[in-house]
Amino acid sequence: MCSLALFPPPLPSGHTTLCESNNELLSGASSEDHRLIQVSQNKLGINKSLKLHSRTESSSKAAFLDHSETLWMRSAAAWRDGGFTGLLNEITNSHTEDIFQILKICGCTLALLQWVSSFHGSLFPHLTLSSEDMIAEFSQVLNWPDCVVRAFAWHPHTDKFAVALLDDSIKIYNPKSATTPTLKHRLQRSVAAVQWKPLCASALAVACQNCLLVWHVDPCSLSTRPSSGCAQVLSHPGHSPVTSIAWSPSGSLLVSASPMDTAMMVWDVAAENCVPLQRVGGGGVTFLSWSPDGSHVLASTPSLLFRVWETRMWTCERWPCVKGRCQSGCWSPDGSRLLFTVQGETVIYALTFTDAPGTSKGPQAAAVVADLSETTFNTQDGDITVGGEIQSLAWDPKGERLAVLLKGDAQAADRPPVIAVFKTRTSPIFELLPCGFVQGEPGAEPRLMQFHPNFQHGALLTVCWSTGRITHVPFYFLSAGVPHFGLNGSPSLPRPQERPSDFANHPTFRFVVWTPEEAS
Amino acid sequence: MFSAQQSCWFVRKVICWRAAASIAWAVLLLPPTTAAFIILSRFSILHPFQWISECLSLLTSASAIFSFILLGGVIIIVGFLNLEYYTVIPNIACSKIALLGQLLHPRQFLSSLVHCIMGIIVAWCCAVTIGGRYETLGYPCVESDGSPEMCLNEYHLVLLLAGAFVGFSHSLLGVIHNMNYVSFHTVQRYKYLRFKGSLPLVVKCSATQALYSVRNYIVIYFFLGYIPKTWMCKTLNLHLNSSLHSLDTIAGLLDLCLIYHLWISATFLLFTWYITLVLFRIFVTEVYSFPVQSSFTEDSHQCLPKVITEKQPMILKFLALQDLALLSQHAPLRRSEVFSLSQPGGHPHNWNAISKECLSLLSDLTQRLIVYHDTVATNGRAKPLSTGSERKTSSDTSGDDPFTPKSTPLMKTPASVFTRSVVGGPQSPLTAPFTPDLDSPFASPALRRLTAPVGQCSPWHDTVQSPHIMRRGPKLWSTSTDSHVNGSPQLSPASVPSPKQEVSKPSLLAQFLQNRKEQVKNFLAKRVLIMYLFNKLPEASSQALFADSQAHIWALEGLSYLVQASFSEDRFGVVQTTLPSILSSMLVLQEAVDRHFKLPHASSKPVRSSGTMGDCHYKTLRFALRATLKTAIYRITTTFGDHLSTVQMSAEHRKRLQQFLEYKE
Repeated sequence: MCSLALFPPPLPSGHTTLCESNNELLSGASSEDHRLIQVSQNKLGINKSLKLHSRTESSSKAAFLDHSETLWMRSAAAWRDGGFTGLLNEITNSHTEDIFQILKICGCTLALLQWVSSFHGSLFPHLTLSSEDMIAEFSQVLNWPDCVVRAFAWHPHTDKFAVALLDDSIKIYNPKSATTPTLKHRLQRSVAAVQWKPLCASALAVACQNCLLVWHVDPCSLSTRPSSGCAQVLSHPGHSPVTSIAWSPSGSLLVSASPMDTAMMVWDVAAENCVPLQRVGGGGVTFLSWSPDGSHVLASTPSLLFRVWETRMWTCERWPCVKGRCQSGCWSPDGSRLLFTVQGETVIYALTFTDAPGTSKGPQAAAVVADLSETTFNTQDGDITVGGEIQSLAWDPKGERLAVLLKGDAQAADRPPVIAVFKTRTSPIFELLPCGFVQGEPGAEPRLMQFHPNFQHGALLTVCWSTGRITHVPFYFLSAGVPHFGLNGSPSLPRPQERPSDFANHPTFRFVVWTPEEAS
Repeated sequence: MFSAQQSCWFVRKVICWRAAASIAWAVLLLPPTTAAFIILSRFSILHPFQWISECLSLLTSASAIFSFILLGGVIIIVGFLNLEYYTVIPNIACSKIALLGQLLHPRQFLSSLVHCIMGIIVAWCCAVTIGGRYETLGYPCVESDGSPEMCLNEYHLVLLLAGAFVGFSHSLLGVIHNMNYVSFHTVQRYKYLRFKGSLPLVVKCSATQALYSVRNYIVIYFFLGYIPKTWMCKTLNLHLNSSLHSLDTIAGLLDLCLIYHLWISATFLLFTWYITLVLFRIFVTEVYSFPVQSSFTEDSHQCLPKVITEKQPMILKFLALQDLALLSQHAPLRRSEVFSLSQPGGHPHNWNAISKECLSLLSDLTQRLIVYHDTVATNGRAKPLSTGSERKTSSDTSGDDPFTPKSTPLMKTPASVFTRSVVGGPQSPLTAPFTPDLDSPFASPALRRLTAPVGQCSPWHDTVQSPHIMRRGPKLWSTSTDSHVNGSPQLSPASVPSPKQEVSKPSLLAQFLQNRKEQVKNFLAKRVLIMYLFNKLPEASSQALFADSQAHIWALEGLSYLVQASFSEDRFGVVQTTLPSILSSMLVLQEAVDRHFKLPHASSKPVRSSGTMGDCHYKTLRFALRATLKTAIYRITTTFGDHLSTVQMSAEHRKRLQQFLEYKE
C-alpha cells in the first residue's frame, strides 16, 4: 500500500510543476525557467483577476420596496413562486383579521408540514440545504461557490474544451478556431458539471440548478453567441438541482443525478424522454461516473451508501460505507476496477469487477490501495503538512497516472490543497506508486482537474486554479500496457520520448497556460 | 390479419404466450385492485371500524366472487383486443378527415362496441360492490294511489351508462392517442421493474382520464338522460318514482357522493384496462434472443439472419433488429458467430444476410425521404413524372431481382402509402384508406399521382425521362448493380422504363374530368369546415415518414457496432467487403435526413403530453434517428481513423467523411 511518506517532498515556494519526464517531475523556479509560461504570461497579462467580472447574481429582491397587494394577489404570487408551502406561509404571515378561520387552518397545516419535513430532514440532513449549498457540498470542485472556474470538460475526441465560469456562462475554446463561443441561457444557473457527448462533435450537456441543458454548438459556425435555441432543455419535476451528469461512452444515453431526487434519470436526449431509475435508500444521488467500457455506472448517495449499476439491464449493487458518503470515484480504462474515496477517511479504496457475465456477482469487499493520511515534510520554507481528506480523483485514459486532489485545510496556512499524482500498475498485482505533487504558482490552489482524453505521448493533466488560471501538466511516459482498442480507435503507438523543450511546438500545447481573462 | 399472422411460428410460439402471460398477470392483479376499490368506494371517516369490517365481509361474499369472475372475463377480452389491435408502427393521421376515417372504420366500430359492453359489465360489478342505493335496477315502491309497483332505480342506470360511456371514450381516445402503438425502450430493464416504474403513471392517468370522462358524461346525461330512462322504463315495464327528483336535473347531478362514486368506478375501470395494456406492452417488447446460427437445419428458419429478412409479422422483424442491436453491443460470443464463415464453402452467409437487410432498410428510408422531399420541394407543381417513375420502376424490379437490397413495398410503412395500389390491402385494412395526407384532395397532386394505380389512364405515364432524374440518376442510383465501390447504394436502375408505363395518351374525356375536378376542388377549398377537415396537420407527415424508424435506428446501431467490433474481432475480414457500401449508404441517408430537417415543421419539437397512456415515442423518432445516424458514422470513423482513406468511395463521400474524421459535423 502506498502512502504519502514515500512521496518526494513538495516543491519550495515559488516553484511550479512543469511536467513529468524520465520518471521525475520537473519544476521551474520562476517564469524565466520556462519560456512557455513566460510567453503565455506576456500574451495573457496574468495580473488581472477574473473575479472582477464574475459577480454572482444574487437575488434582486432586497432592492425593491414592499408593495401592498390584496391577500389573494399575494397568495397567487406565492403559489407561483413557492408552491404549496409558499402559499401557506404567505397566508399565515398575513395580518388581515377578516379571515381568521382560514389563517388558523393554514397555520396548523404549515406547522404539520414543517414538522414532517423536519423529520424527513433529520433522516437526510442534506435536504435542508439550499440548492447552491447543496451543489457546493456535493460538487467535485473544491470550494465551488467562489471558484472562478466552476466546471471544465475536454472534448473526448478533439482538442477543444468547455469552461463554465462563475457568471454562469460557458466558453468553448478550440485551438483550431479563432472564435470562442460563449453559451448563455436563461436557465443556465449554478452550473455544477459539463460534459461533451462522445461520438459527436457538437453536443455539450450542462447540469444546471433547475434543469439539464444540452447545447448543440456547431463546430463550423463562426457565431460567438449561439442562440438559446441551440439548447435542448431537459427537466423532470423534482429533479433539481442537478449535481452530476454522465454520458454513456457510446453516446446514446445521458444519466443525471440530483441530491433531492431518489431517482437517477436516464435520458434519451434526442427523443427528450427519460426513464427514472428509482431506489429509495440514500435520499438522493450526488455523483455519477460511467465506466469507460460502458458496462457500469457509479452512483453515490448523500448517506452511507453508494451503488454500482450495470447498464445492460439496469440493476444495481448496494455498497454500504462505514464512515461517510462516497465522495468521488473513477474507473480504470477497461472498466474492471473502481477506485473511490469516502468522506471522513483518508484512504483510496478499490473494487474489482470481473468481466464474466452472469457468473460472478462482483467483488465482496473493497480493498485499501493507498493511504493519504497527513504527512509532514521538512522543506526549506518550513514544515508543510500534506494529506487528509480527498476531494476528487482522476485517472488518465491509459490507466497509468492517478491524480488525487487533497482538500487540505482552509484555516491552516501550512496545509494547502495539493494534487498528488500516483503511478498505477496492474500487473502482477494492482498497486499505486508515488509520482509526486503538482503545484502551481504561489497562492494558487488547485480546484478542479481533468485528464485529456487522448493525449498521444502519455497523460496530460489539466488543472484549474483558484486564480482562474488553467494549466496543463504533461506526463511523458511509455505506456506499459498493451495498446488500448476502444473508443479512441487505432492503437496509439507510443512515440519515442520527447524532450520537454520540444512540446512547445506541439499543437496541443499552444494553450499551455490559459486564463479566462483572455476572452473577456 | 390475425389469421395471416397465425401461420408464423413466432406469433404462435412467442407472441401468443407473451400475451397470455400478460393477461394472466392482469387477472392476478385484479383481487388487490378490487379490494382497493371497495375500500375507497365505501369510504366513511366517521365509522372506521364499521367501514373496515363491512369491506372484509364484502370481499368474502358470494357476490364478490361472482364479480371477480366477471371482471376476469372482461380483462381477458381486453387482453385479446390488445393482442388483436396492437401495432409496432403507429397509424398517423395527417388530417382531421383521416382521423375521422379511422374513428368510423368498421373494425374500430366493433372495438368500440365491445368496449361499451365491457364498460357496462364492469359498471354493474361496481354497482353491486358499492351496494346501497346502486345495487339493483328496479326496486319496489308505492305509487301515489297506494298500489305496490316496481320502480326504476336511476342511480343504477346512471352508473351502468357511465360505464358504457367511459368504455366508449376509452376506445375513441385509444385511436386518437395511438394507444395501440407499442414502442420499444432504449433502456432495457426487467419486467417487474418496468411495471413498478409505470405504476404511478397508470394511477395518475386513470384518475385524470376518469375525471374528464365523468365530466363529459354528466354533461351528456344532463341533456340526453331522459332517452335511456324512458326507454328502460318502457322495455322493462318499470315506473318512475315521482316522489324522488330525477337525476338529469342540476340538483340531481350535483350530488357529490354520486359524482365521487362515478369517478371512482371510472377510475377502477380504466385502471384495470390500462394495467392490462401496460402489461401487454411490457411482455411483448421484451428482448427475444434469436440464435445466430443453428446446428440443425430444421431450426434454421428461426435464426437471426433468416428472421431479420422476414416481412410479415412486423413484431418479429422489430424484435430481431432489437436483438441484433443488443448482440452487436454486448455479446462478443454471438458477434463472433456473425463474423464466422460457413463450414463447407467458407462463405460469410450470416454477415451477408444481416448486412444486406440492414442496408436495404437504410436505402429504403433514403429513397422515401428523397421522394417526399421532391414532392414537397416542387410543391406539387412540376416533375411529377420523376417521382412516379422512380417509385414504379423500383417496385417493379425489386420483385424479380433478389440481389437488390430493397424491400420497399413489403413493409407496412408510411412508404407503402406511396404505393398503395401495389401494397395496399390485406396488411393494413385500417390504415389504407386514410393514412398520410394523400387522400386529402388538397394534397399536392404529385403526391397523389404516386398512389394512382399502375396503368391508370393519366398523362404522366409517358416514358419521357425528366431531366431531374437523369441528372440525379448516376448520383444516387448507380446504373451498374454490382458496383459497390462507387459510393452509391445498390438500387435498381431508374433509367430502364418498364413496359407497364407505356400507356395510351390521355383522352379528351379524362382531360374534361380533370378540369371538373379542379373546379370542384377550388369550390370546396373556400368552405371553412372542409378546409378544417382536410388541411394537413403540421409535422404529421414528417412523423408518418419516420413512423417505423425504430427499425432503422436498430439497423444503424447494429451495423455500426458490428463494424466497430470487426476492427479487432473479425478474423476473416468479412466486414471489409461491405464497408464501402455501409459507409456510402449511411452518408447518403445522412444527406437525405439533413435535407429533410430543413423543411418547415420537420424540426419543430412535438408538444409533450404527459397525461395520457398513449405512447408519444413515435413523435420524436426522427430526432432519435438523426442522432443515431450521426453517432453511427462517428463510431465507424473513430474506430478506423485514417485507415478509411484506403476504402474506395466517391469523391463526394470522401469529402463528407473527412468532415466526420475532423469532427466538424
